[in-house]
This record gives sequence, C-alpha cells and structure tokens, in this order.
Amino acid sequence: MKSLDDLKKIRDNAQKKVTMRGKNDGIRVLVGMATCGISAGARPVMNRFVEIVDKQDLENVTITPVGCIGECAIEPIVEVLIDDKRTTYCKVDVDGVDRIIKEHIIGGKVVDDYVIGKYRI
Amino acid sequence: MMEELSLHILDVCQNSINANASLIQIFIVENTEKNSLSIEIIDDGHGMNEETLSHVSDPFYTTRTTRKVGLGISLFKMSAEATNGTLKIESKEQIGTKIKATFELDHIDLAPLGDIEDTLVILALNDKFIDIFYSHQYNENRFEFDTRKIREILEDTPFTAHGVTQWMKEYIREGLNNIHKEETK
Repeated sequence: MKSLDDLKKIRDNAQKKVTMRGKNDGIRVLVGMATCGISAGARPVMNRFVEIVDKQDLENVTITPVGCIGECAIEPIVEVLIDDKRTTYCKVDVDGVDRIIKEHIIGGKVVDDYVIGKYRI
Repeated sequence: MMEELSLHILDVCQNSINANASLIQIFIVENTEKNSLSIEIIDDGHGMNEETLSHVSDPFYTTRTTRKVGLGISLFKMSAEATNGTLKIESKEQIGTKIKATFELDHIDLAPLGDIEDTLVILALNDKFIDIFYSHQYNENRFEFDTRKIREILEDTPFTAHGVTQWMKEYIREGLNNIHKEETK
C-alpha cells in the first residue's frame, strides 16, 4: 500500500540527488491534450512518455500537456524542444513514443517516420 | 465518442486550465442504491459570460478564436444523455465554472470510468502549477487525492522528480480499489 511516507522517501532521494546534479540542459516534450488529441489517443501517448522518463530517470526531460495547435486530423501531436530546435511529430502512438525517446531524446536523431512533414507539405 | 469517462474529465479540465484556474476540483459520487453516478468539475478560472454559456453544448459553436469551449462539452453531454443522465453548466465571469454530469450507474451505455490515475497525473503535470483536488465517493467510502497536500510534502521537489508520478498512480489506483472493495465485507 502506497503511503504518504513513501512520498517523503521519494522527496528525500530527489533532494539528495539535486545537490549532485550538474547543469540542467532541459528537453521539453509537449503533448497536444485538447479534445482532438485526447480522442486520437494522446493520453496513452503522454502516459508512456511520463512512465519511461520516470523509469529511466531522464531528469532533464519535462513532459507537458498543451492545447490544440490546429492540426486535429493528425493528432496525437508531440513537440520535442531541444535548445532552440523544435521538432513536431504527428500521429504518434505508443511505439512512436519509445522510438522518439530512444532515437531522438537519448540518441539525438529525429525520428523521420513520425515527423509532421510526412503528412503535410 | 470518448471510450472512458476519465477521458472526458481530462478534456473538460483542459478548459479549466485554459481559463487560468488555480484549483480544479473533481467530485465523483457513485451511489448504488440510487443507481446514480455523478461527475462534478468545479474551477475558479475566469468563467464564461451568458452568451458563451448558452452555446457551450452546441457542437457547431467551436471556433478557433474562442477555443475555450468546443466539441468536448457536447461529447460529454452525449455520454451522459446516452445513460438517461444530464449535463449542467453554471459559470460566472471572474468566479469560475461548474459542470455536473449525471449517469445511470447500471445503464448498458455507461462508459467505464477508465484509467482515472492517468488522467489525474497528466492534469497534475500542467505547467501552470494548477492544483487538482479529486474526491471519489462510492456509497459510504471516500478517496481523496489533493496535489496541494502532495506539494506540501514534496517541498521544492517537483512532480517530475524520479518516482513521484509512479507513486501518484499507484496511490490513486490502490485508493480507488479500496473504496470499491470494502463493500463486499
């Protein structure tokens, strides 16, 4: 049974780690979470990001739900922001999340199969 | 149609986030004796004027410039009405918005509540630090999840710190299982 004491332990561990951590190079992942996104499966997509980032302790990655960007037909849409570079992925599924994390966020190489340009000129 | 009521909750709460609420309260009440389920979402966001409010459940009112309402409410209303339920909205500008949907608990067309923990974790991760209070009552039993309390315990550790979201999910899942389990004693 998970208790609030467990949460305190998680906090203590996190606080210990902060002191050891170097600079935070911050990768942001935005997941479209409006009606269109949710209907197309954005929740399991975001959920997968949250799970893997937590499990693999990718502490420089922040995942945020965002509104509709107006491309409802090709949701779920995911944007990855690294430094000043923005990559927009569309029709992302759970497998896509695994690839984006492995190949792009960790590997540094954009996953062409999901890039928005494939669907829209 | 959304396959789970928890997806509707996620969707409707995005409106509250866009309305710059500081607290979103979600109340679920399941009453087997009355055969009723209600989902109430109350925010303290900027609210809607009467004009906007009168169009809220009209699916064709959706325009890109006034994106604070849209298809979401009409879908939620359809889900409620499919079970002989209702959906009501009250809103006051600068005060907030209250949405209440009711459902018949044993209706064949009632969508499952689904993965409420996924919905709550995603809501908690909003980047405006909006707090979420979730109360779920099943007959006499109640479970509560409150990000204000969690923030207090975590001090300056963010929700994104290693292990926090996992803890939240398990805590919610176990809490919900417990309130539904007690009944069989």
